[in-house]
Amino acid sequence: MLAYLIRRLFAAAVMLVVIIMVVFGIFFLVPRWAGVDIATSFVGKQADPAAVEAVRQKLGLSDPIYAQVWEFFKGIFVGRTYAAGGDVTNCAAPCFGYSFRSEQAIWPVLTDRFPVTLGLALGAAVLWLIFGVAAGVLSALKRGSIWDRGAMLVALAGVSLPIYFTGLLSLAIFAFGLNWIDASYVPLEDSFSGWLGGMILPWITLAFLYAAMYARITRATMMEILGEDYIRTARAKGLKEQTVIGKHAMRSTMTPILTMLGMDLGALIGGAILTETTFNLPGLGQAVLQAIRNQDLPVILGVTLITSLAVLFANLVVDILYAVIDPRVRLA
Amino acid sequence: MTELSKTGAAVGEPTGTSPAPTAFLEVRDLKVHFPTDDGLVKSVDGLSFQLEKGKTLGIVGESGSGKSVTSLGIMGLHTAGQYGRRKAQISGEIWLDGTELLSADPDQVRRLRGREMAMIFQDPLSALHPYFTIGHQIVEAYRVHHNVDKKVAKRRAVEMLDRVGIPQPDKRVDSYPHEFSGGMRQRAMIAMALVNNPELLIADEPTTALDVTVQAQILDLIRDLQKEFGSAVIIITHDLGVVAELSDDILVMYGGRCVERGPAEKVFYEPRHPYTWGLLGSMPRLDREQQERLIPVKGSPPSLINIPSGCAFNPRCPYADIPKDDLTRTVRPELAEVGSQHWAACHMTTEQRERIWTEEIAPKL
Amino acid sequence: MTTKRTPGRRKRAFAAVAAVAALLTTAACGGGGDDDNEGSKTGAAGYDAANNKVAQASLAKKGGTLKFGGAQDADSWDTTRGYYGFMWNFARYYSRQLVTGKTEPGKAGAELTPDLATGLAQVSDDGKTYTYTLRDGITWEDGQPITSKDVKYGIERVWAQDVLSGGPVYLKDVLDPEGEYPGPYKDTSKDKLGLKAIETPNDKTIVFKLPKANSDFEEMLALVSASPVRQDKDTKSKYGLKPFSSGPYKFESYSPGKDLTLVRNTEWKQDSDPIRKAYPDKITVQFFSDANQLDQRLISGDLDLDINQTGMSPQGRTTALKEHRANLDNPVSGYIRYAAFPQSVKPFDNEHCRKAVIYGANHVSLQTARGGPVAGGDIGTNMLPPSVPGSEGQKYDPYGLAGANKDGNAEKAKEELRACGQPDGFDTTIAVRNNKPVEVATAQSLQASLKKIGINAEIDQYDGSQTSGIIGSPANVEKKGYGIIIMGWGPDFPTVQGYGMPLWDSNYILESGNNNFALIDDPTIDGLFDDYVNELDDTRKTEIATEINHKVMEGGYYLPFVYEKFINWRSDRLANVYTTDGYSGMYDFVNLGLKSTTT
Repeated sequence: MLAYLIRRLFAAAVMLVVIIMVVFGIFFLVPRWAGVDIATSFVGKQADPAAVEAVRQKLGLSDPIYAQVWEFFKGIFVGRTYAAGGDVTNCAAPCFGYSFRSEQAIWPVLTDRFPVTLGLALGAAVLWLIFGVAAGVLSALKRGSIWDRGAMLVALAGVSLPIYFTGLLSLAIFAFGLNWIDASYVPLEDSFSGWLGGMILPWITLAFLYAAMYARITRATMMEILGEDYIRTARAKGLKEQTVIGKHAMRSTMTPILTMLGMDLGALIGGAILTETTFNLPGLGQAVLQAIRNQDLPVILGVTLITSLAVLFANLVVDILYAVIDPRVRLA
Repeated sequence: MTELSKTGAAVGEPTGTSPAPTAFLEVRDLKVHFPTDDGLVKSVDGLSFQLEKGKTLGIVGESGSGKSVTSLGIMGLHTAGQYGRRKAQISGEIWLDGTELLSADPDQVRRLRGREMAMIFQDPLSALHPYFTIGHQIVEAYRVHHNVDKKVAKRRAVEMLDRVGIPQPDKRVDSYPHEFSGGMRQRAMIAMALVNNPELLIADEPTTALDVTVQAQILDLIRDLQKEFGSAVIIITHDLGVVAELSDDILVMYGGRCVERGPAEKVFYEPRHPYTWGLLGSMPRLDREQQERLIPVKGSPPSLINIPSGCAFNPRCPYADIPKDDLTRTVRPELAEVGSQHWAACHMTTEQRERIWTEEIAPKL
Repeated sequence: MTTKRTPGRRKRAFAAVAAVAALLTTAACGGGGDDDNEGSKTGAAGYDAANNKVAQASLAKKGGTLKFGGAQDADSWDTTRGYYGFMWNFARYYSRQLVTGKTEPGKAGAELTPDLATGLAQVSDDGKTYTYTLRDGITWEDGQPITSKDVKYGIERVWAQDVLSGGPVYLKDVLDPEGEYPGPYKDTSKDKLGLKAIETPNDKTIVFKLPKANSDFEEMLALVSASPVRQDKDTKSKYGLKPFSSGPYKFESYSPGKDLTLVRNTEWKQDSDPIRKAYPDKITVQFFSDANQLDQRLISGDLDLDINQTGMSPQGRTTALKEHRANLDNPVSGYIRYAAFPQSVKPFDNEHCRKAVIYGANHVSLQTARGGPVAGGDIGTNMLPPSVPGSEGQKYDPYGLAGANKDGNAEKAKEELRACGQPDGFDTTIAVRNNKPVEVATAQSLQASLKKIGINAEIDQYDGSQTSGIIGSPANVEKKGYGIIIMGWGPDFPTVQGYGMPLWDSNYILESGNNNFALIDDPTIDGLFDDYVNELDDTRKTEIATEINHKVMEGGYYLPFVYEKFINWRSDRLANVYTTDGYSGMYDFVNLGLKSTTT
């Protein structure tokens, strides 16, 4: 188990370095190849040459790529100082870059917005796991029944309908139409009920989409598992059917679901842009959208890295959970 | 025909008129049919036999002959966990120690499973849950029928592992199935089956997935344990050699029906059905040369949807033309007594069969 | 990076949103239209009631929380660095200038009035010296008085472009055209007040000495970039996160891209400020990444107005026009939407080919693409916005764009093509920002009508966020062969200089960040601008402005589309609302009030 863990951690670390290199390459090399001067997009309508030069200097755009990567890495551990035109900006460790658009270090922006996205993703995940898996199991046990067909039809709808449709619809009905909830984000530390009120619609919207996918995969997996020999053995032992399903079959069904969950959670942390936009949640997705709009490269870079980290971390957790669930994996 | 009970499981026809049997296990006219898109698969189509405590019955036949379906039928595993619209259709009677299982309450049958009757499966790797330890799986089997705490159950598991010959059982009890060798896994499986001292033990191809050397050990183990526990045992195999060593009685199945049944030495030394001859011919024997040893039964097993008319074996039977009037292909032969406690279903006369056996078959074996 | 998007996904998105919008119409509003002009049951002032006039001035009460929403945060809240029009408007809450626009509706809002100063400038006869005296009682948010040195230091910050980039640099260009002063952060003098062109003989007096006269100089002093900044409170590049207030409100909290809250500056004294009423107790701004969300919140009454003041999005507009007309105004934005013809790209070096496009275009369909007469604006007939003195509006229509030729005049276009030596037409490329759907639609409309006269135009949608890097580089424009550039422009301050100089004066042709897209290099026009900046007489200034406009139109450098109008939302709660030409048709934020102080 320990050897397995060390191997996985090592692989994750290597992956992280590769990701940082690639992201850097994309953000700093591609515009250069395309022949666009990023610096000019940072100054106003009346582009002052001094301003353009200062932006180049601040962003380190004229440094070679390896120097930029090195400075960035160093910044994460020891912090960084940006100096231009008599102005000195300190970015304390861990420095994931500095936005000269909004004059903020990236790390506080990320730590400020990360909990929102995490709350959104985790809350929705709990919902979709409960409803998706339950619906999938029931469908598998009552395959061919009205229930099964109905559930799979709803699941199909859930998979096909885009977030902005279900999201806007739910907002229109519950928040603006029926006025049941005040659908604006309130930080958890301010008010729990306010937070819950602001999060419930995004959760449901997001969970609807994912529950649909999870129901389908659960149904398919459960049906396959029910045909396994060890399920027959469990019955031959005289176990009650709920033990057979709930313990023996579920344990195996959880494996592919966990894999999916890891991937989805990782992806959501970086990619809940649609949901966050629709419901105006101040999370990472919204930050990256604003950053793209404003050409705020350091923020895009920071969010991309954090997202990659999240996906990587999620994968690592899944790998470890895998080993916990399936003892055979520990040998691998 | 079947009717659906409230629980949705298919149960047998009302059997009120039949008298309760005296044998420990009695199967009467068992039919197990599966509806499929292609038609009704008649896996078992009218099977009857009896088994007493302390005795061993060997059920022999090719794959698809219905022997495994029979064992699962006895265990009630065709109806338990039947999801979906297509359910197995089961009729006939299965009497176990005075209880008719097919008409009994499913939960009552469940409580008998694992305690009164237990089963050993062919491939212990796939039959054991890969995510739980051996000990956990045995403990679970014990605790579902005994109201004891986990410690007691675990002591019992270690004891059983020790009994089936697993070294260092107190350590191995915490191992996972994939950490065991094939033979060890099967021993563990046996330990799990016997943990509740079942009266009836069904071993479905218990050695097929194992090495030849390990096979013998496992068979010895089953025999020893049977003596010790005094259970009734059904051994299901396609290998006559296996049953010859263990069984008191042998039942040969073909196409979902019994074609020959009798005491082991009779079926083995005086077989009266051409299919049994074929099985004996294909039986590996250590005292023969390699090329002489195997005379496989020609052709392939019959379709269970369209079972050949007349004798189901007729398309593969070299003697199908001996009975007159094309009887073999038109009339299904019934089991007829060919000796003391010895039955066979064949249209040839007993004399014809005696002659063919002694003159043509036996010398080659 | 120039990218073209496949429309499939988007289309589906629009379809879905349209379906939702239909639902919203009923769900969010519960039906029932409001009266048009007489004010409504809900208290809204009526359609266009605040357009160039004051609506419900008497209903404004002291107190309450005024709630802004926005789809876009300011470029910076630093008075030196902000360039967005709404930022200039909003900055009056927390900053004061020597002079500023009158807090009056319409044209009057563009006229200057003293703010920190006791009066408008005393200008010397040669127009090179401007002198102001500061009022008594003007204070910073910590209670200290605002001095002439603070004003000078605030203006000096414009020189520090390497640190404080983004804002307008008119003051720097006018006061220090040779770029001698290095800016306050590199200033070696002890008090960091080394700029020679500004003198502060005492704390109450400030004197500007221009090397060369500029008749719009006082307009430049009205820009927020001329706001005072106190040296010990200057956090340099981070000043925009919490500017030190000289106005009636101060920053309480600000989280970029999320929210901003202003509260009363208790040190500000009403009697020191002739223009600011400071009605609400608190001002909040919430930012949305989705314009539809913002519109929904406005319509549902959660928010009072849009801080961006760029008009409602198409769906919100449709709903609002149907259900809530009394909450809407339809002002002219001051922007002209147009196509420019870079002369470096053949055959647009020939004025007849340029005029062929002007005649060939269908101006009604271009107007429709912009959103029609209400949401898009009136057909533009020349290049001077109606809010700028010297403008004649649609009365000056040399090409008959809103008249005889409004549906396009193919015959006249063909005639011009022949004169250009391209009787069969030619091939060219239309450059358009990919992030402005309306502009893309306009380009498509233009493409369609040009096809009829034999001009085959290919549309190149470039990355809109890289505008200044792509079309701001004349070399790149020539390389890409952008014969037609779709753009828009609004005045920085309402004069021909504040609008047209960067567009038309040859001195403003820049290697990067260029805005003179047509590459107009006409000594007559340059000369007229010189005359303008030296002319101190307002009447004559207006005449010159008109003349410049005529010269530009006669050259056929531009095809104007519309004098932009937009649909602007004001909530039922707002009082003392009016649009002002000082901020291009936006509501004047600084004196907005609430009818009720309970929220």
